[in-house]
Amino acid sequence: MVETSRKRTPEEYLRDCQAEEDAASRGRLKVFLGYASGVGKSERMLREARRRRERGQHLAIAALQPKTPPEVLAILDGMPVIPTRTVHGRDVIDVDALLDRRPSVCVIDGLAYDNPPGSRNAARWQDAQMLLAAGISVIGSVNIQYIAEFREEVEAITGKSVRETVPLEFLKTADEIELVDAPAERMGEDPRRLAKLREIALVAAADVVDQQLSGYLRAHGIDQTPGAQERILICLTPRTNLRAMLDTGSAIAERFHGQLIVAYVRQPEITPNDQAMLNEKLEAGRAAGAQIVELEGESPVAAILDYAKTHGVTQLFVGHSQQRGLLARIRRNPVEKFIRNSQNMDIRVFPQ
Amino acid sequence: MTRGKLKVYLGYAAGVGKTYRMLVDAQQLKAAGRDVVIGYFEPHARPDTIAQTEGLEAIPRRLIEYRGTRFEEMDPAAIVARRPEVCVVDEFPHTNVPGLERAKRWEDVEFLLDHGVDVLTTMNIQHLESLNDQVFAITGVRVRETIPDWVVRQAADVVMIDVTPRALLHRLERGVVYGREKAQRALENFFREPALVALRELAMRQTAHEVEHRVEPAKRGGARLLIVLSGDPESAMLIRRAKRVADYLGAECFAVAVSPNGDLADFPEPQREAVERHLNFARNLHIETRILAGQPEAEVLVDFARRNAVTQIFVARARAGSPWLRRSLLEQIVLRAKDMQVVIAGAR
Repeated sequence: MVETSRKRTPEEYLRDCQAEEDAASRGRLKVFLGYASGVGKSERMLREARRRRERGQHLAIAALQPKTPPEVLAILDGMPVIPTRTVHGRDVIDVDALLDRRPSVCVIDGLAYDNPPGSRNAARWQDAQMLLAAGISVIGSVNIQYIAEFREEVEAITGKSVRETVPLEFLKTADEIELVDAPAERMGEDPRRLAKLREIALVAAADVVDQQLSGYLRAHGIDQTPGAQERILICLTPRTNLRAMLDTGSAIAERFHGQLIVAYVRQPEITPNDQAMLNEKLEAGRAAGAQIVELEGESPVAAILDYAKTHGVTQLFVGHSQQRGLLARIRRNPVEKFIRNSQNMDIRVFPQ
Repeated sequence: MTRGKLKVYLGYAAGVGKTYRMLVDAQQLKAAGRDVVIGYFEPHARPDTIAQTEGLEAIPRRLIEYRGTRFEEMDPAAIVARRPEVCVVDEFPHTNVPGLERAKRWEDVEFLLDHGVDVLTTMNIQHLESLNDQVFAITGVRVRETIPDWVVRQAADVVMIDVTPRALLHRLERGVVYGREKAQRALENFFREPALVALRELAMRQTAHEVEHRVEPAKRGGARLLIVLSGDPESAMLIRRAKRVADYLGAECFAVAVSPNGDLADFPEPQREAVERHLNFARNLHIETRILAGQPEAEVLVDFARRNAVTQIFVARARAGSPWLRRSLLEQIVLRAKDMQVVIAGAR
């Protein structure tokens, strides 16, 4: 990895300090993420629990799935269980008993359950949060269709709606996420549907991992370097032919499961006419689902390159008007500056 | 004969449990009544894994003498003669000892598939050809044993075998994966935590792409890519990158070099040899290649691109201090390509 160190801004420094302090006293969260029931999450998780116990960790089972098959239950083999309480016909984790017993790790098979009214927390993932805050580590499992942000997408594929969900933000707080992948043919459902779910789960896991990588690099003062995630940055000016850039950018971002960014450098003396054109283009960018970034800097090229280098951009889209005039040569076309100063990015030049 | 089906167990490092999971599946297939054999199994002496081979027939490996040392290799002819339904082949990217019928294990696997045998196999993401430069940027290691993307693309299924880097590092420290001494060396490059995290993310995204491709291949039409080759060493990287983009977009892809008479002999040595090597490399990745005749180079390229409805021209970046001519070629292409995108590939 090309490691160029960068000073953290005071805000980043404070945030990192806070995060470190929180991390020291908090329990660790590990999530097993699957794409359908039957991929083997419970089994993988309980095997890990067992290994941890064999290594001497003080471990307790806080919740199991109601329909855990006997061969999976067999893995439990004498592990301490703190039984769930049944309230209004629902299984609720016994948070008080857990806080009382203070195991170092507890296992929650199935994070996406709502608690009945009157419980300590409205949802089970919040129980988990409470345990983590109290310094108890949590190993939990969840399927992709129960992540709130993917619910609609999954519903459109499976036709089944789920009510109880876990927010993606909670998943992103996991110290570790383990993806449980398995061939779709085994599940005995429509393989096309399952494949779509698999894809969603894989990309969601990759996004969480990407965030962990960024956090790690930031904590070590390393500039974000082009990693695994494709990030496309479109350089916008009032006169950019944005349509072509957005078409290509969206197609690439979609197929690579990447990120699309439209950036422009603020110009102090912009004419009202140019501003109107710019606004129109920014709107088009937003409509295409791109993230909009406004930059400042005396040199627009430097501002764009600085942003690109610190945000892991892998592809830079720039417009180029094919003027051959003497003036264009003397002014050293910005495209050339981009090419010369962006060693590890692809520069995609669009005719204007 | 119907061609066999290929299933790839994809990981991001040694020790994530690919072989174990493959063998568990093989046992299940056998229990379901299929005729399963082991074609090659790397006994890294992990007891859990070895235990999973129990009851599976192993086809004896062949002993090969090479420069006074004896090597054991898979015996594809013996496997085909045995006519199993399913064959387990560990370490897909392995390079055979010189002098065998085929240089690479993936070619042996192609042979098995051609003979109607289903194959289960294992590989790590860093061995995928089109990611070679990215993997180098992440790990600092240039992986030599690579598998062309089309080989993985034709697999019936690709399954990601995941474990968290933390758990993997634990296993490594406890000497489960390698012996302790070898583990120490491994910890120094591939197994640095940020490298593992990045490789893992690559594997997840690649698997997502493979899964998506099988249910929803990119629509053909639209994009067509032209790769401009030369004798410069950047050409290999350019080919990998452009092919990766083409595959993801479902675009057609050509690679061309230009010379006055459209003949390799036009290039002076040692350039001629390099151009030829790059053309071969492109063909191995299933890219159509051609040598175009004429001058000036930029004009020939852009004319060819236009006649062939190319939408994107991929050019290597001129190195700092590279001759004026080379920089000027890039400029000339950009100036002439009024109706196409020009991509200057990054040095990854």
